[in-house]
Amino acid sequence: MPESATETPGAGITAQAPAPAAKATRGAISIRNVTKIYDPEGVNVMAVDDCSLEIAAGEVCMIVGPSGCGKTTLLNAIAGFHSITFGEIYLDGQLLCGPEKPLADQGADRVVVFQNGALFPWKTLLQNVAYGPIVQETMGKAEALEKAADMLAEAGLADMAKKFPGEVSSGMARRAEIVRALINDPKVLLLDEPYRAMDALTKSIMHEALLEMYDRTKVTMFFITHDLEEAIFLGDRVVVLTTRPAKTKKIVDVKIPRPRDYRLLGSEEFRLLVSEAKGAVHEEAIKAFEAGERELA
Amino acid sequence: MSERVADTSGMDTVQPPPTGLRLAWYRARRSVKTPTPYLMVFGVALWLVTYSLLTEILKVPRFEKIPGPIEVITEWLSPDPAWGMSLFTEAYLINIYVSCRRILIAFGIATGIGVPLGLFMGWSKRFRDYSFPILETLRPIPILAWVPLAIIMFSGFETPILFLATLASLFVTTLNTLLGVDSIDESYFRAAGCLGSKPRHVFWHVVLPGAMPFIFTGLQISVGVAWFSLVAAEMISGDYGLGYMIMDSYMINTYVSMVMAMITLGFVGWATSAMVRAVGNRMMQWRIRALALEGR
Amino acid sequence: MAEHPTVHAAVAPGPGRAVPLRRTRLQKLLENTTLWRGIVAIVGFILFWEVCSQWKGWFGYQIPWIGKVAPPSDVMAVWMDILPQPGYWESWYLSTFRVFLGFAIAQVIGIPFGLALAVNKYFRDVFFPPFEVLRPIPPLAWVPAAIIFWPTTELSITFVTFLGAFFTIVINVLGGARSIDGRYLRAAQSMGASQWDLFRRIILPGTLPSIFTGAAVGMGITWEVVLAAEMISGGGQQAGGGLGFFIWSSFMGGSIEQVIVGMISIGIAGYLSSSAIRYLGSVCMPWRRLF
Repeated sequence: MPESATETPGAGITAQAPAPAAKATRGAISIRNVTKIYDPEGVNVMAVDDCSLEIAAGEVCMIVGPSGCGKTTLLNAIAGFHSITFGEIYLDGQLLCGPEKPLADQGADRVVVFQNGALFPWKTLLQNVAYGPIVQETMGKAEALEKAADMLAEAGLADMAKKFPGEVSSGMARRAEIVRALINDPKVLLLDEPYRAMDALTKSIMHEALLEMYDRTKVTMFFITHDLEEAIFLGDRVVVLTTRPAKTKKIVDVKIPRPRDYRLLGSEEFRLLVSEAKGAVHEEAIKAFEAGERELA
Repeated sequence: MSERVADTSGMDTVQPPPTGLRLAWYRARRSVKTPTPYLMVFGVALWLVTYSLLTEILKVPRFEKIPGPIEVITEWLSPDPAWGMSLFTEAYLINIYVSCRRILIAFGIATGIGVPLGLFMGWSKRFRDYSFPILETLRPIPILAWVPLAIIMFSGFETPILFLATLASLFVTTLNTLLGVDSIDESYFRAAGCLGSKPRHVFWHVVLPGAMPFIFTGLQISVGVAWFSLVAAEMISGDYGLGYMIMDSYMINTYVSMVMAMITLGFVGWATSAMVRAVGNRMMQWRIRALALEGR
Repeated sequence: MAEHPTVHAAVAPGPGRAVPLRRTRLQKLLENTTLWRGIVAIVGFILFWEVCSQWKGWFGYQIPWIGKVAPPSDVMAVWMDILPQPGYWESWYLSTFRVFLGFAIAQVIGIPFGLALAVNKYFRDVFFPPFEVLRPIPPLAWVPAAIIFWPTTELSITFVTFLGAFFTIVINVLGGARSIDGRYLRAAQSMGASQWDLFRRIILPGTLPSIFTGAAVGMGITWEVVLAAEMISGGGQQAGGGLGFFIWSSFMGGSIEQVIVGMISIGIAGYLSSSAIRYLGSVCMPWRRLF
């Protein structure tokens, strides 16, 4: 992998991207010594222990680790759903949360795509996508709906715009959810195992669509997954976390050039990277399984 | 279960599944090919025949005092009723009208207060902490125990009756709305938050629509409870209304009118709750369509 | 790795990283704002009631509605007077007995009937429609008919009480039994269960949660019905007594304090009965302690 070894991921990709993509200049996350202790019943449970991680602007950072290890805790801390106990998190040099302010403000610069999907079931896909700009008052209602319709059409969902989430397949719903996030022009996209419940065939379609979307937008992604192949196929870097309390165990750099497509899955380079990561994950998975603790949020 | 075949075909062709009348017609056409409708008719007939045999034909002791179905139906349809009440007499229709008007007022007030109250309780932790204990202290007291207090507090006939029916449905509506807010998946709040919503947006776009299914379940129960308390209140202290008609007919020994009032109550009660359900279905298309695709 | 500007391995713990102390149960209780707010709310409510009721005595102006209600201090005084009287406890006993009798009969008939409706399609097709025709009639509307039909008032009260709980119980059992996940049944069949095993080991325990839900709701209705039946029919006849009669006769005697004592008593009785059902539910369903 010598060709991209000296480049930062964002810069390297822009040069090769076919589309006139924006250069990624924003969305750098810095997680410094973050610790999270849950205290549900007077018993302290350490979910994240002194975890540090730097994510560059425009990077696709894949977080892998055993079930219940604290991956989602990190995501929740960035998104502002949960406070942190120690440490700081910065976004583009701005403090999100730290010792003085353990809970980050929620905002549309960090949009989350949820594990089980959180499109509002009582709104059509179109209304769902237009929701963000309307409530933030960045666009008028008509303008927002128009933009939303365009973006849905771009994602191949033009026929589905007037349907409710309960009426479309989970793949389509998930795609619409990503569109709903992107319409806000976020700095960071936080994805919490978005393709978890999907079959392998749907997944591969979703992956290609996501890669295509990334090549267009170059948005920073903090992507949690269990699936190592997914991680290496999509990511610039794969961070393997230990079992609870979570720490960074291993970081695998994926220096496969973009744009990528499904043919990559058969290559030698790809399989070497997968097995490298698999070794680290497997060890932790065994530890987590034997601990047998119930997963925390 | 049997609808599943139709629904999957709807999904394949990306057409909306049949709704409303077309769906009802389709289901009716399919169901006449099964024994179910015939058995249903048989069941109702069996019940009517047994009832008639016991009371009118065989005149079994004790049962003979209860008016039988033939007697009640002839009386009900008679333009010149022997006991003073039938479909064609003004007194009967006035009783129905008075009861329905009371239900409408009580149910309207209870919904108007209960739904916002429940929503605010679910939305604001502080408000809930203060108001919920009071609600829970008052709730175990049966509505009927309020009758004397209602008569003391509000004089006359109308206000105490309305108060009792309102109180009964208010508790049910508020609690179900609260449960509805609690039932909303946390991720919808989070999604709303990370899309840049202000608290009022969360209220109008998440709390209210998310609680809607529970609100309508609650409203259906609430309209039933309102009838329950209304009847009791009218029986105990009434001037008009179906509950009063039951009690009055009992007092003056016109048992046919009494049974007539009971059956009327059953029908009107069923009709009001069906109306609430229909309104709910209209307001929650998103839910109806998703459930239809799941074959329910 | 080395060139990558953004990678940090785990950094040594920073200064001042003291793990928070664990708190004891008492400390948690004292820190429980919900509890404190609840206490404040109830105390506030009682004070509000007291002030409103006393307003006339203090300031010479009667507040509408609530001003006519006796103040809580008077209610407590009257209650203390009544508490040692056997007649008061007799009312408790009579009402509770009626509730439990009607309720027990409703359970004994309602659960098998509901299960039969759930298990057998033909049975359901035949018997469910007449059941649905009768269900919307409010239980109290049956009171006069019951008095005409049954030889004693006591029996008619029991009958109406039974009806009140019966419909709720049947609907809940039916819903619960029909919502049992078919996979359990198939799993049991694949292990060679007989029809009786299926019923005994799957359908019955699978329906238990709904049976208890139905019982809790039914219990509430039963109290309501007993109270009303006592108020309507109890006027000094053979089946006098009971808390409903207590309230009604206090009302007729003009003692608002006693009326409120009766209301509170019946509230306590209803609350205790539904707590008993909840407790029984948690004993019978160890796999659902959250119930």
